Amino acid sequence: MIRVVDLHKSFGKQQVLRGVNLEFVTGKITTIVGTSGCGKTVLLKHLNALLLPDRGEILIDGVDITKLNQRELYEIRGRFGVLFQGAALLDSMTIFDNVAFPLREKTDLNETEIKKKVDERIEQVGLEGMGYKFPAELSGGMRKRAGLARALVTDPQIVLFDEPTTGLDPILAASIHQLIARTQRTFGFTGVVVSHTIPQVFDISDYVAILANGVIAEAKPSNEFRASKNPIVQQFIRGETEGPIQVL
Amino acid sequence: MLFFFGQIGSFTLRQLSEMGRIFLFLLSAFALAFRPPAKLRLIVYHLKTIGVDSLSVVLLSGFFTGMVMGFQGYYSLRKFNAESWLGSAAALSLLRELGPVLAAFMVTGRTGSAMAAELGTMRATEQIDALYSMAIHPVKYLVSPRIIASLIAMPLLTAIFDVVGIFGAYLIGVGLLGVSSGSYFAGMENSVVFQDVFSGFVKSVSFGLIITWVCCYKGFNAPPMATGVSRATTESVVLSFVLVLVWDYFLTSIML
Repeated sequence: MIRVVDLHKSFGKQQVLRGVNLEFVTGKITTIVGTSGCGKTVLLKHLNALLLPDRGEILIDGVDITKLNQRELYEIRGRFGVLFQGAALLDSMTIFDNVAFPLREKTDLNETEIKKKVDERIEQVGLEGMGYKFPAELSGGMRKRAGLARALVTDPQIVLFDEPTTGLDPILAASIHQLIARTQRTFGFTGVVVSHTIPQVFDISDYVAILANGVIAEAKPSNEFRASKNPIVQQFIRGETEGPIQVL
Repeated sequence: MLFFFGQIGSFTLRQLSEMGRIFLFLLSAFALAFRPPAKLRLIVYHLKTIGVDSLSVVLLSGFFTGMVMGFQGYYSLRKFNAESWLGSAAALSLLRELGPVLAAFMVTGRTGSAMAAELGTMRATEQIDALYSMAIHPVKYLVSPRIIASLIAMPLLTAIFDVVGIFGAYLIGVGLLGVSSGSYFAGMENSVVFQDVFSGFVKSVSFGLIITWVCCYKGFNAPPMATGVSRATTESVVLSFVLVLVWDYFLTSIML
């Protein structure tokens, strides 16, 4: 279980998070939605301590990771897989080497075992036969798939997805959503998805939370979220410029 | 008036904190370099990018620097009827000063700028965040091997620069302007002592450290956007040049 308690974060004079409280249920997918620039990625980067809060707690199985030292933080990060917005593949390596990278760096597996595992993950994301290519030779959708393969190769307990479908056409976006749902069922990880691709993202989510004006305005099971009477939720779902969400 | 002093104070504090960050960056790179597992494959790879890939530009610049020294040295020494000291003048200038400094400039332009641009792009495209998220320390993976490789490569490149430069001066002085070959090498043998070679070695090692340290720091902390990467690259080259010259002054004054 991940629990975020009263999380505050500012960059200079800009207050991005103003007291976020949220729980992520183990083994389920929770999606955080919200307008562009509202702080979703900032919140996501706090979950594996890529950013540290000004105030507040992030509890993972009861341990407040904001109080850990560097070595303990690295151990905690080993439990996470992350799919970054632009996939963040290391562009000097092939897709195979990218996916193999965390195994080579962080495990004692030999090359035969690594090859078996990497080939398996590459096949699971539908990139079989592409392992020899470099990231620059792949389309945006393929890069996201490769990023997902890398995020899953260490069998993480928690996987963070930062805008996994941004910049993709609706068909590719749907295929990435299906891939996330399928891999979550296969591996049973706790998924945290940051997205503003609605309503498609509701179909893969067990829970949905909306971040607006620096706080979580609503967090509910996916089917209840759509029917919420909360004016913030309704403004976001309908895409209205007038309403409680401040549009810059 | 109060505002004026406030601005000066704020500027000074910013500069001091930046200096603190730069030193901490170097300390962590060194500390992580000695923490297992050793990144031997990466060190060898960066020996290639810093050393082998800079070889052609170092050879070319060393050769032409030597040839210019042949002309200039001959022109100056002829006024005192001391042309036979050309070998000594060329060797001492190259070993003590020109070799380390110009080789450092070549490596800064050829490799230092590329380091800053590469790390800056990795920052902008979240590749550095990806390393953190995979529980891999990016300083250990990206910076420490580069620093170790530059400490090895820079003295070797400087030695090559010196040898090629001395050969260039020989070609001009002996081959073109008629200085006797025997006096060229005899002058060099009589005047060059171990201290001259050693001071060039110390300079080249410290310049290698300065270049990699500055360029990696600037790239690593580049603002995550295109202009941020270009600014980091420019700043890394300019700052490396300036620091090499400033440090050269201090080392020369100590080791002369």
